[in-house]
Amino acid sequence: MIRVRDLQFAYGTGGFGLAVPSFDVAAGQKVAVVGPSGSGKTTLLNLMSGILSPDSGEISVAGTTISSLSDRDRRAFRIRTIGFVFQDFGLTEYLSARDNILHPYRITDALRLDAATRERAEFLAQSVGIADRLDSFPRTLSQGEKQRVAICRALIAEPSVILADEATGNLDPDTKEVILDVLFEQATLAQAAVVAVTHDHELLPKFGQVVDFRQFRRGGGA
Amino acid sequence: MSSSFFLAIKYLKFHWLRSAVLCVAMALIVMAPLTIQLLLSAIQQQLTSRADDTPLLLGARGSTLDLTIGNLYFAGGAVPLTSMAAAEEVWNSGLGNAIPLYARFSTGGVQIVGTSFDYFDYRHLTIADGRGLAVLGEAVVGAEAARKLGVAPGDRIISSPENLFDLGGVYPLRMSVVGILAPTGTPDDDVAFVDIKTSWVIEGIGHGHTAQVAEAPSSDAPVSTYNEITDSNLDSFHFHGAAASYPLTGVIVAPEDERAATILMGRYLDADARVQVIRPSEVVAKLLGDIFRISSVLDAVVAAIACAALLSIALAIFLSLQLRRDEIDTIARLGARKSTVVRVVSAELIVLFAASLALAAAGTALFMLGKETLVLWLLK
Repeated sequence: MIRVRDLQFAYGTGGFGLAVPSFDVAAGQKVAVVGPSGSGKTTLLNLMSGILSPDSGEISVAGTTISSLSDRDRRAFRIRTIGFVFQDFGLTEYLSARDNILHPYRITDALRLDAATRERAEFLAQSVGIADRLDSFPRTLSQGEKQRVAICRALIAEPSVILADEATGNLDPDTKEVILDVLFEQATLAQAAVVAVTHDHELLPKFGQVVDFRQFRRGGGA
Repeated sequence: MSSSFFLAIKYLKFHWLRSAVLCVAMALIVMAPLTIQLLLSAIQQQLTSRADDTPLLLGARGSTLDLTIGNLYFAGGAVPLTSMAAAEEVWNSGLGNAIPLYARFSTGGVQIVGTSFDYFDYRHLTIADGRGLAVLGEAVVGAEAARKLGVAPGDRIISSPENLFDLGGVYPLRMSVVGILAPTGTPDDDVAFVDIKTSWVIEGIGHGHTAQVAEAPSSDAPVSTYNEITDSNLDSFHFHGAAASYPLTGVIVAPEDERAATILMGRYLDADARVQVIRPSEVVAKLLGDIFRISSVLDAVVAAIACAALLSIALAIFLSLQLRRDEIDTIARLGARKSTVVRVVSAELIVLFAASLALAAAGTALFMLGKETLVLWLLK
């Protein structure tokens, strides 16, 4: 599902750099990416989603070599194929939780918003326990609730790959497991691969593979 | 595009105060020059139509503008007086009809205009309530003046004392309101009409015996004294001196034809003559020329202010986009094209402009409803 080969990336000349020799994730596989802060975990997710473009090497997702796509094609590919849970949630303040979940459908012509999608939004919200908060705006939501909205948004388009950057970072220990189970359950249903950055070592047994970033890091960094 | 409008409306609703301020600001930018133009146009039309309806105006030599404003619009300062002899001269010439005007006194802030019955026919004034003037001491009040004074047929109005410290002066005259004129949207709405002789009674030229009435509204109020023409003292009223010397503020001259008008104009060309005949339309045209010269300066000022306001709005929108950097980054990270941001922002601007135009249209419509009142108030 995801194939990374000889990946090299640096933020400008002499900036933080990242090198990943080889990295594969099969369909339906759940991979945890661990490593110290500033080791490049978020950068890897951004490369895998096509938000960033590598200096060299190859990234293939669901059979498409995204590292060779144009910026425009990478965006179209990303919104159809990848669900991303951002570390900062990335919720839009003037949209309700419901509209935030449906947001990907309103910013592209590649996805079609219909009654089934709306029902799916309700179902996902129910699954993560925020069904009663769907009409609330982000400023009135707790950190945990915002995280759950962000997860629902990542799952709404039934992506082939789910990338999660500290998806459970703002949740209490009990809820973390529940949310992760929901994320995995939905991923399994869609045969989607999950790559999740986490600092939470208690959750690692739930993942099928753990990638320790200390082996990839190179150059100066944050 | 419908999604762009969905997001645009959600954004504008969420930031409703900011949106409302922008909307009102843009509406004002559109409205200000438009309403000024409409107002000037209405003033022009009002001044022109009144002047065009009055072919010639006769009065004491002096400012033609004061003569026109004082006798056509019953506004402005004191007009130098002419005499009834000037009106008689026109009548005697057989070149046209003369309608005397004596607009010098007031009642409760409303001008009292003394004139002849011809004036009502000439201006096409009709009675809406009550009847027309019949005897000395009666008044017919314009629609707006009646509203302002709160009077109806059967009520009384008292002319304002001309000089509070003139102990030897003439007492005010209490007059019966016998009719209210139908509104015309002209300065005639704002005045009270009396017969020309009644206005001379107010002046003190005509008087009756045992006409004074002393009255105290309450036990501790000062006693007020005024003249009143009643059935019992009407016959005792009389005028002193030659009628030809009685004062007028002006005479509307309705010439038989253009030739008669030219002859009449020629008769008063002598610079030493104490009387002049003017064409009000020419005076008003000159006045409007001055107004529109001022208006073009005003237009430039409004345009400069509008440009500054538009630049401020553009800056506000630019700063707003800077504040929305995170939101724009998020939709890019989700996979939206760059054009999506442009579409959403464009939709917001379209909604804002549409709302502003609607507001400007509503404001202009409201202005149009009150335009005539405003024009009359401005021309007072």
